[in-house]
Amino acid sequence: MQHSQVKLKDHIRETRLFNSRVIIAGVVVVLLLGVLIARMVYLQVLSHDHYTTLSQNNRVSIISVPPPRGLIFDRNGNVLAENLPSFTLELIPEKIKDVDATLAGLQDVIEISESNIKRFRKALKRNRAFKSIPLKFRLDETEVARLSVRQHQFPGVDIKAELMRHYPYASLGVHALGYVGRINEKEIKELDTNYVGTTHIGKTGIERYYEDELHGTVGYRKIESNARGRVLRVLEDQPPVPGQNIYLTLDVKVQAAAEGALENRRGAVVAIDPRTGEVLALASMPGFDPNPFVNGIEYKAYRELADSTDRPLFNRAVKGRYPPGSTMKPFVGLAGMEYDVVHGGTKIACKGWFQLKNDDHKYRDWKRTGHGDMTLLGAIRESCDVYFYDLALELGIDRIYAFNKQFDFGMRSGIDIPGETSGILPSRQWKRKVKHLAWYPGETLITGIGQGFNVASPIQLAYATATLSTYGLKIRPHLGYAVQNSEGEELQYFEPEILGLVPIIKKNNWDYMHHSMKRVVHSPRGTARKIGINSPYKMAGKTGTAQVYGIKQDEKYDKEGLEDHLRDHALFVSFAPFDDPQIAVAVIVENGESGGSVAAPIARKVMDAHLVRP
Amino acid sequence: MARSRLSAGLENTNQKQNGGFLSDLHIDWPLMTGLIALSIFGLVVLYSASGENWTTVSRQMIWMSIAFLVMIFVAQIPPHHIQFWTPWVFGFGVLLLVAVLLFGEVGKGAQRWLNLGLFRVQPSEIMKFACPMMVAWYMAEKSLPPSTSRILIALIILAIPVALIAKQPDLGTSILVASAGIFVLLFTGISWFLIGGFGVLLAAAAPVVWFYYMHDYQRQRVLTFLNPESDPLGSGYHIIQSKIAIGSGGLYGKGWLNGTQSQLDFLPERSTDFIFAVFSEEFGLVGVLVLLSLYLYIVVRGLIIAYEAQSTFARLLAGSLVLTFMVYIVVNIGMVSGLLPVVGVPLPLVSYGGTSMVTLMIAFGMLMSIQTHRKLLTS
Repeated sequence: MQHSQVKLKDHIRETRLFNSRVIIAGVVVVLLLGVLIARMVYLQVLSHDHYTTLSQNNRVSIISVPPPRGLIFDRNGNVLAENLPSFTLELIPEKIKDVDATLAGLQDVIEISESNIKRFRKALKRNRAFKSIPLKFRLDETEVARLSVRQHQFPGVDIKAELMRHYPYASLGVHALGYVGRINEKEIKELDTNYVGTTHIGKTGIERYYEDELHGTVGYRKIESNARGRVLRVLEDQPPVPGQNIYLTLDVKVQAAAEGALENRRGAVVAIDPRTGEVLALASMPGFDPNPFVNGIEYKAYRELADSTDRPLFNRAVKGRYPPGSTMKPFVGLAGMEYDVVHGGTKIACKGWFQLKNDDHKYRDWKRTGHGDMTLLGAIRESCDVYFYDLALELGIDRIYAFNKQFDFGMRSGIDIPGETSGILPSRQWKRKVKHLAWYPGETLITGIGQGFNVASPIQLAYATATLSTYGLKIRPHLGYAVQNSEGEELQYFEPEILGLVPIIKKNNWDYMHHSMKRVVHSPRGTARKIGINSPYKMAGKTGTAQVYGIKQDEKYDKEGLEDHLRDHALFVSFAPFDDPQIAVAVIVENGESGGSVAAPIARKVMDAHLVRP
Repeated sequence: MARSRLSAGLENTNQKQNGGFLSDLHIDWPLMTGLIALSIFGLVVLYSASGENWTTVSRQMIWMSIAFLVMIFVAQIPPHHIQFWTPWVFGFGVLLLVAVLLFGEVGKGAQRWLNLGLFRVQPSEIMKFACPMMVAWYMAEKSLPPSTSRILIALIILAIPVALIAKQPDLGTSILVASAGIFVLLFTGISWFLIGGFGVLLAAAAPVVWFYYMHDYQRQRVLTFLNPESDPLGSGYHIIQSKIAIGSGGLYGKGWLNGTQSQLDFLPERSTDFIFAVFSEEFGLVGVLVLLSLYLYIVVRGLIIAYEAQSTFARLLAGSLVLTFMVYIVVNIGMVSGLLPVVGVPLPLVSYGGTSMVTLMIAFGMLMSIQTHRKLLTS
């Protein structure tokens, strides 16, 4: 009894103790829930914005869609640069059960090089499983056909079509057109966000100069992806704006004529419509096929081009620096008349050489026996050097410089091709600045015949000739003819840009010079008389032969004894038709030796291509 | 003896019955209502968390049905029978744990499963209820509060299964099992002085545990917990992504099936341990408050059952089971929200998984048994 009483007492005490603990437990439970709720409030209310941002960043990503590049046409709509589908064989590892078996199976269908397989296996380790990995680039049509037929046997194997730049005319006009290539690391640093996703960029020529127009505007796609990066849906789609098409002033026919006429010689031809500044042909030979450059030319092939002594990669038409030689004579002659130093009737006796006072150096004429008494017309027609030595001395270097500067010699013409050279129009100041030497009178003489320090590019010569034909109207030579937006709507033509006027003192002087130049071609004694025979139109021209190698006093220029690359350059500038000039041409044939018989026929062919309609 | 008590119990219930099979059963309807509501809630969340996978949901429904049946079955066993069988259950459990260590199957770097031919069992699950049962059984033998020596013996009894489970290694379960046993001791009314001393002892033991008993991955988890951003793609990924899910849910959530973190697979283990993150992303703070209210309701009901329980064993067991249930909730939500290190504890009745649910429902079965087998004090 007593025992049970104790037990009962204990029981009550026990219960009381236990119940108090239950209440404490209840309080603790509520406190713990309070902590959890506080944590939730902190995360879901106070930090909500922060985590919303993180969550957005997790799932939404922006993919850029590069715009298709604009096409390039010639003035008549012939495609010079286009985008062709290029086929790439790709594998999606996620969808392939046995990669080895698939690779072996594919090798039975088409040829896959070891290096391709090696590169693929390397990429396989790095990439995510759902991302396609290229196995072989630039499949040809047979390969595409063979793979397409058997594609059902290879799940996870895809043929992807990409647009790749292609130049259908290959090397034709390559020095005008330029080419695109893969963006390199240096370029990446300078490109803005518009180039996200773009793989190629214009490297030279028109492709580079009109890069902004041709490229277009990048598009983007806002996509939702899951934790493994797989695209689930497109939230926003801003399609890219394709690049604008560019029409060039080039005429494929004239260009082909120019390149064909140069044949396998080294040289350049530039043809300009003097009325508008439109460049009808811009050839630099030898050229090269730009297509291998698009996806990276193989090293060996590149070295072959770069190391060739013919320098096919060098754009002679805008970068080449040549002594203009006798092609400068029309400008010096015109200066003589405009400054009233000489006029049509002035005769100068040519005995084959010229001497300065107190100097026994003989400045020789190309004709050692001399031309006899020469008028300016005759001196142009027969390219008498002595006449121009005398005239140059009378004019003085300052006036020669001032007059020729008006034709923009020694300055870039501003043609829309990158990398143009400015050439050199020598003056006292120029010599002091560059050579740190005073000007010598003898230098004035050789400047008068376009030798000495004078250098000009073919584009400059063509531009100056065009200016001469238009009585001093200077229009910037250009290749850009029109742009066309991506919808293929109407063309927006480039306005000819007038750079200035050469002031005319007497129009007669210009007429006189034009006629003198006409005699070069259309008279029995003209230096380019051969091209005047049977010409359906009249033209004006001037031959030039520029010394590459300095011949010593009293030494005879011996063609046979000179190495090929030391022989004289042959030059010819001209415009036609005589009464209504529509084309001005400058031709330079390196080591061509004779302006009249080598350079002039090339100009004739180019003019025929433009002026004679079949 | 046992037989007569059983028949007496049956007579007792027979007297109450007024026809109908359901009313014959020992079921605590307030608790049952809460559990059913929570289960439905859980299935709705799981449907979304599984990526609208009906197979997962129906499998969970089958397990749920089994778990509820087991609970109802357990609820029919009177508390004194449970008390009688306690040492046997505990002993059997320890044997199985030893067997796991010797012949267990390895999965995910831990040895937790025992293949019994027909099915696999996870013996540590049994300990979640066997441990509090055993400690309660031992404590109920003598009057309370217990003497210090009895407390020590109880701790040793507890230490055996806890050590065996920790060795598997399964930190989450060993914490749950240990806390279940300790809750019994707290309910016995041991002095606060002792509790405090025990706490100090635990703190002192922590470094020892860190250096000698914890596995590298467990240490890594704790380190990651302290600074998840140190390893955002590795072990910190879980915590970072689940915090983003919860935080971006905001007040009202992104809507059912619309949680981007969960639906787009940014959340790992989203249908099991991290299901709470899915839930809070889609239902927001409002949803969280509703869920926590539901849990609170169940816990309070459990505490009432413990409060009203008549035998020492029953009240100790009931109190401990309820608090263990609470530990599940706090540890799971605490870890998912970045308050606690990542330990594998499911969110009760919401996380996908059958075994732990059955264990949990056995515990609720015992609570129901304790509540429904009370004899009116007046009779």
